[in-house]
Amino acid sequence: MKRAVAALPILIALVFGAFFLWGLNPDRDPNAIPSVLITQSAPDFDLPAIEGVDVPGLSRRDLTGSAEPVLVNVFASWCVPCRAEHAVLTRMVERDGVRLFGINYKDKPEDARAWLENLGNPYERIGSDLNGRAGIEWGISGVPETFIVAGDGTVLYRYVGPVVGAEAEEKFATALAQARTWKGGNP
Amino acid sequence: MKWISLAAAIMLAALPFTAHAVEPDEILDDPALEARAREISKDLRCVVCQNQDIDSSNAGVARDLRLLVRERLVAGDTDAEVIEFVRARYGDFVLLKPPFKPGTYALWLAPAVLFLFGAGTAIVVLRNNRKRLVAAKLSDEDERMVAEILATEKGDKS
Repeated sequence: MKRAVAALPILIALVFGAFFLWGLNPDRDPNAIPSVLITQSAPDFDLPAIEGVDVPGLSRRDLTGSAEPVLVNVFASWCVPCRAEHAVLTRMVERDGVRLFGINYKDKPEDARAWLENLGNPYERIGSDLNGRAGIEWGISGVPETFIVAGDGTVLYRYVGPVVGAEAEEKFATALAQARTWKGGNP
Repeated sequence: MKWISLAAAIMLAALPFTAHAVEPDEILDDPALEARAREISKDLRCVVCQNQDIDSSNAGVARDLRLLVRERLVAGDTDAEVIEFVRARYGDFVLLKPPFKPGTYALWLAPAVLFLFGAGTAIVVLRNNRKRLVAAKLSDEDERMVAEILATEKGDKS
C-alpha cells in the first residue's frame, strides 16, 4: 500500500507528460474542425450558374454518376489564396484529368466573371452561392475549401485552406489516390 | 452637471449594443423570437474565430449562421431543432456546451473524478495522521518511567 502511494506522483507525472507530449505534436492542428460530412452523403444543394458566365450551375446530382471521385472547390474572387490555388487546380484538371466542380462563394457575378476570364476556367460546372447558404450546407468555415466526393455522392475528404505548396499538394494527392481505390464502406 | 448626466444616459443607452455583433438588419420584428435567437446564438460557436459565440462574432460565417438561426425560428422550429440543424452541418464542434456522450465522458467526468480522488486522498492522509497521534500517546508504563526520571532530576537539582 505504501509503495503504491509512493508511486502515485510518478504515475501522475507520466499521465500529464504523455498529455503534454501529445499537445506538443507539431502535426496536430488544434484549430482543425472535424467535418461531419466525411463518409456521409454530400449535402443537398442546387445553385444557379454565375450570371454572365457560360458555365452551367451546380447541384448535388451533378456530383454523382461518375466512376472516378470528383472535386468540389469552394472559391471566390475576393479570396487571395484562391488565386494561388487556381493554378494547382488547373494543373490537376489538365494533367491528371480530374473532374473539378466549383462553388463560387459570396461573390459578385461580375467579379467572378472577370476572375475566370483573367485566370482561365478549370471548372466543369460552377454554382453561384450568393448568400452562402450552400456553404453552410457543406459546413465550410471559409474559402478556399476542397472536397473529394466519390462517384456515389459520398464525401470522402475535406481540405481546409488552399492546396498550395509541396506538402499540401502531396497530402491532397494522397487523399485523392485513396479516394480512387475507395469501394464503399469506411475510407 | 446636466451635460454630464446626459452623456451618462447616452453611454448607458449604448451599452447593450457594445457587447455583440448583431446588426440592425438581422434583428427580428418579433421580440420573443429575437430573444430566443439571441439565446441560441450564445450557445453556438463561430467556426472562424473559435471560442467566440456567433452572437458576438463579426465573421461572415457567424452572420450567416445568425441569419439561419432566425430563419429557422421564423419557420417554426423549436430551439432544439435549430441547434440540431446547425449541428448536423458543423458537428458537435459548433456547440459551446459539448453533449454528454461516450466521446466526452472524460471531459465531463474528469472534474468529479479528480475531486473524489483528491478528497479520498485527503481523508486517508488525515485519518492516518490521527492514528499516528493516538499511537504517539504514552503508555502507562512510559508515563510511570517519565515520572520517575522527572522525580530523580528534581532530586538532583535540590
